[in-house]
Amino acid sequence: MTERGRKALLLAPAGIWLLVMLALPLLVVFVFSFGERGAAGGYVPAFTLEQYANLPARWTAFKNTLILAPLGTIAALVIAYPLAYFLAVRCSPKWRTSLLILVIVPFWTSILIRSYAWIFILGGRGLPALLESIGIDDIRLINTPLAVLVGIVYGYLPLMVFPIFVSLDKLDKRLLEASADLGSTPWRTFRQVTLPLSVPGIATGCMLVFILLMGEFLIPAILGGGKVFFVGNALVDLFLQSRNWAYGSAVAMTLVVVMLVTVSIYMKFISRLGGQREDVSLM
Amino acid sequence: MSVTMQTIAELRGVTKTFGNVVAAKDLNLSIRKGEFLSFLGPSGCGKTTALRMLAGFEKPTEGQVLLDGEVVNDLDAHHRPVNMVFQHYALFPHLSVFDNIAYGLRQQRPRVDKKTIATKVEQALETVRLGGFGPRRIWEMSGGQQQRVALARAIVNEPKLLLLDEPMAALDRKLRKEMQFELQNLQRQLGITFVLVTHDQEEALSMSDRICVMEGGSIVQVGSPRELYDMPRSRYVAGFVGTSNFFDATVTDAVTDQITVRLASGQKVHGDPETPIDVGQEVCVSIRPEQITLTRALPTAEIALPVTIKNRIFLGEHTEYLARNEALGDFHVLVPRQAELNEGTFNAGEQAFVSWGEGALLILEK
Repeated sequence: MTERGRKALLLAPAGIWLLVMLALPLLVVFVFSFGERGAAGGYVPAFTLEQYANLPARWTAFKNTLILAPLGTIAALVIAYPLAYFLAVRCSPKWRTSLLILVIVPFWTSILIRSYAWIFILGGRGLPALLESIGIDDIRLINTPLAVLVGIVYGYLPLMVFPIFVSLDKLDKRLLEASADLGSTPWRTFRQVTLPLSVPGIATGCMLVFILLMGEFLIPAILGGGKVFFVGNALVDLFLQSRNWAYGSAVAMTLVVVMLVTVSIYMKFISRLGGQREDVSLM
Repeated sequence: MSVTMQTIAELRGVTKTFGNVVAAKDLNLSIRKGEFLSFLGPSGCGKTTALRMLAGFEKPTEGQVLLDGEVVNDLDAHHRPVNMVFQHYALFPHLSVFDNIAYGLRQQRPRVDKKTIATKVEQALETVRLGGFGPRRIWEMSGGQQQRVALARAIVNEPKLLLLDEPMAALDRKLRKEMQFELQNLQRQLGITFVLVTHDQEEALSMSDRICVMEGGSIVQVGSPRELYDMPRSRYVAGFVGTSNFFDATVTDAVTDQITVRLASGQKVHGDPETPIDVGQEVCVSIRPEQITLTRALPTAEIALPVTIKNRIFLGEHTEYLARNEALGDFHVLVPRQAELNEGTFNAGEQAFVSWGEGALLILEK
């Protein structure tokens, strides 16, 4: 077999899968987005921009997504970085593996069940009741943007911890000694050596969490109680409840475009942060 | 600046333990200002621990580390006027060559102005013969060049001590040879005190003013390369600094400064060992291969032993013979080219005599 043939063979399974399961459905959604809703729901072929003209009606979903997804990503980063740093740099190797397993233990249970647990914690008989007992009254947590934020940070934290842990674990600890040897205080060593060298991990973690958050619908549905909804919830609603496939397709296409734009801006920002460094890749 | 008798750093009764492991035991050593000192020993002998205590990466469990007369046990690495060239260089991969070298200057408070930094960095690059390489990235540099960057990064700070942790371990043989000369020149030129850690006796012998030989966490002998070679205090030192022939012997007589030992072959030899030795003690004698003469006729020397030639290896300027004596065992003999031309080459199986001049044989503690 020729070299070309062998390469083609390696790429074929993924290529065919992507074509059938991603490219074709996307094309269908693209075509649907210019159509109309049938009388009994579903799709009727047409060519109209009406669905796109109706987009402002779903503005709140986009607004919530575009605020809470970046905010959730940043919050996850702020919480994950010190943890990953501790695990990779400070933790004794004896404990490291067990602690890393603890980080992924939540994944052993469905996110659905874990989110229901948060309903209780944030609900009237959970944290607010606890706060009331120390004199802080009238705190409402459940069905607020804060509840959704807490939920998504909780759900996606491990995805942020791991890439950062890997990049910090790979970091040659002798570089930290070299920095100290050259007169740098521990804080300056962190800023000048550790942080820049963990940028690839930060970039990967943020990318993973951000992209997944943009399409999130489960946590807002459970902890937002229909008051704080994402584009994902709008799509569920349009396709499954009101069966307006054409409008749903237009919303979906718009989400894809918004995602492409934000991710490419983000990539540009990251590559500038990394300078012309060869070793900064997203993985 | 030449070597002075002024002490720049000192280890006073320094012991370092990691858990139950004693890495360094009661080290006592004065490092002189401007000298090139090497810690020599096999891995695990405590040489790196000694270096790391000088750098401030490890705190002694007992004893004191002094820099310029002051106890610095509790002074963190980043406060010590000491810089290190790491074994695998530990260059910052995210910084350019220039920024790597400028790193130390930029940590100084009050801040050093940009122009001074640029001048000093350029100067350091010139010193290590890397002028113009400042904007390069670290991964674009070869192993030898990376080592020069590591050197420049340390010397630009004009440290009181420059510590080198096996700096040439990652270089190939030819490059290592070149770097040895260069390091030595650099040290003379800059006048900075160099402290090198190595397991390579050739490296230590060729570059150092003094060598500190270590074994099992302790210092066994400190001296100039010539002193260690000519007057080793123990079999360990004689074996680690150069190569030698060792034979067991028993002390039969010990008067002040004059020891008589009997070889297994029956002959008695006299000597003046470096360490006190008692009658009856089992000792060993050492004769360097190049101090042995190989002849066909019975020589006039005090002691001449009959041997059978077992093997011959041509080494260019020397020929190495393995010759066996019935009572003592194998002798390694190094015959210079000129002597070989006079005496002719010996073939395996041939009978010959080994002999040596006065003072060639050393009596050593086992």
